[in-house]
Amino acid sequence: MTRFLAITRTEMLILRRNRWLLVATLIMVLFALALTFAGSAPTGTLGVDMLTVSVASMTTLSVYLAPLLALMIAFDAIAGDVDRGSLSLLLSYPAGRGEILLGKFTAHLAALAFAMTIGFGTAGAVATFFGGAGPESLMALVRLILTSILLGAVFLALGYLLSALAKGATAAAGMSAGLWLVFVVLYDLGLLGAVVMDKGGVFTQSVFPWVMVANPADAFRLWNIAATEGVAMASGMTGAAQALPVWAAPASLLIWPVLGFALARLAFRRVEP
Amino acid sequence: MTDKALTIDHVSKDRGKTRVLDDITLSLAPGQRVALLGHNGAGKSTLIKSILGLIPIEGGTIWIGDASPGSAQARRETAYLPEAVSFHPALTGREQLTLFAQLSSGKADVPGLLERVGLSDALDRRIGAYSKGMRQRLGLAQVLLGQPKVALLDEPTSGLDPISRQDLYAIIDELAGQGTAVLIASHALTEVEARTDRIAIMRKGRMVTDDTLTNLSALAGLPIRLKVRASANPDALAAELGGSRINGASIEMLCTPKDKMEALRRIAGLGDAVADVEMTPPKLEDLYRHYAQEERL
Repeated sequence: MTRFLAITRTEMLILRRNRWLLVATLIMVLFALALTFAGSAPTGTLGVDMLTVSVASMTTLSVYLAPLLALMIAFDAIAGDVDRGSLSLLLSYPAGRGEILLGKFTAHLAALAFAMTIGFGTAGAVATFFGGAGPESLMALVRLILTSILLGAVFLALGYLLSALAKGATAAAGMSAGLWLVFVVLYDLGLLGAVVMDKGGVFTQSVFPWVMVANPADAFRLWNIAATEGVAMASGMTGAAQALPVWAAPASLLIWPVLGFALARLAFRRVEP
Repeated sequence: MTDKALTIDHVSKDRGKTRVLDDITLSLAPGQRVALLGHNGAGKSTLIKSILGLIPIEGGTIWIGDASPGSAQARRETAYLPEAVSFHPALTGREQLTLFAQLSSGKADVPGLLERVGLSDALDRRIGAYSKGMRQRLGLAQVLLGQPKVALLDEPTSGLDPISRQDLYAIIDELAGQGTAVLIASHALTEVEARTDRIAIMRKGRMVTDDTLTNLSALAGLPIRLKVRASANPDALAAELGGSRINGASIEMLCTPKDKMEALRRIAGLGDAVADVEMTPPKLEDLYRHYAQEERL
């Protein structure tokens, strides 16, 4: 039972050793700080504290960065071992494929959580120091960090899926870039196009919010926005959030990691090293 | 069945339309060393991966002791050295071997094992800085973990210098000595394979032969090469002995092991006409070529 922890420990060592952890944390801190300062202008007009505005900006940042960072670690998880020829050796040991995948997932998620907490935490502390914060905006910050970790978990699992399906690490990297583009950029553009074409008809009224929340990246955005009035105001995205029941976005963001991991596990079963 | 460490019984495997393993039968007793020879693509690695349960087989059965391939018990009892093995370059040798020790859920003397394969100096260096031979040694070190019942070594000599090969013989003997059945896959018959108890040769997915080296040599009936140097007239000597001229002064003749003494007597009977005789028994390579290349049905 502790075998997956041995994998976890080794994977953590690798992430520390190849500087992934350092670079990811630095990226998070820098972007979060930059957005906090750049986004502090509308504080007065909206009548909310600086941390609220900062969280709204960082929510937008996290939609892009969390999936990207997750995919950057995950694409190599299976395909890389196949390329090195070390997967067959690993699989000849008593650890099962599920344990191997779980061990890697635990390590990768811990690394993401570390980078997210330090990055958003630093920016949050700075915003609080300069512009003040209330209980509500502090809650929003905690929610942002936790949901960002969940969003990362989704894309870790999807990255493993691609890594198991791809013919090699290079192919897996390419597919991951494509996946990121589809989920984070093209999906929303497509929906936007559909809404414009529909001109406020049935699609926009009843179908669109559900299609939107089915995408984990949008679910993440909706969850953070719907939960805090101030953040919703600051990001100007209230319409879609109001059309859905409260549980829709959290459900989507909680189901996706489980679904993704199950799919990755199935794909991994079929890998012949 | 349980007195064998490894039993492979009429195993077949298809890949697309080609049959990569065709009715393979082979068994290893505890402590036995068997060389599995064959060209690249003969099916050696496929057979090894089937034994490990990494790929499914279509027909036949494989037993590791009395466990089926891929079962928890079988994985505990097998050790494996993949062909041209590589590890994550960011880890050190000690870290990598510690992971394997933890996975095989046994307490292991990691520094001791690394010293055993001659890596004690590189213990805390990154595998990325290792040479091919050093990675191979690290691979060997993990084979020694936890007293396996069966050890499967895929091309263990590749990338090893002659001194390392000596170490490899010693490690194989040590494994066999503790009761591990060792299967060594290789694409050419070298000294390592010659020092095994039995030699199994595969060609195009089929097992061509499985016997001791002595028996194989006798069965193959490969000719002994006699090179006779004439003191004066090689043409006359060639006519007399029935050989062929190979250069200005020598002729070459082939004879079976049975006729060897008869041929030598005839040569001795020629007296002064013969200046020198050189006799070459069939080499390991000839033997391997005989079994692996010739169409024998």
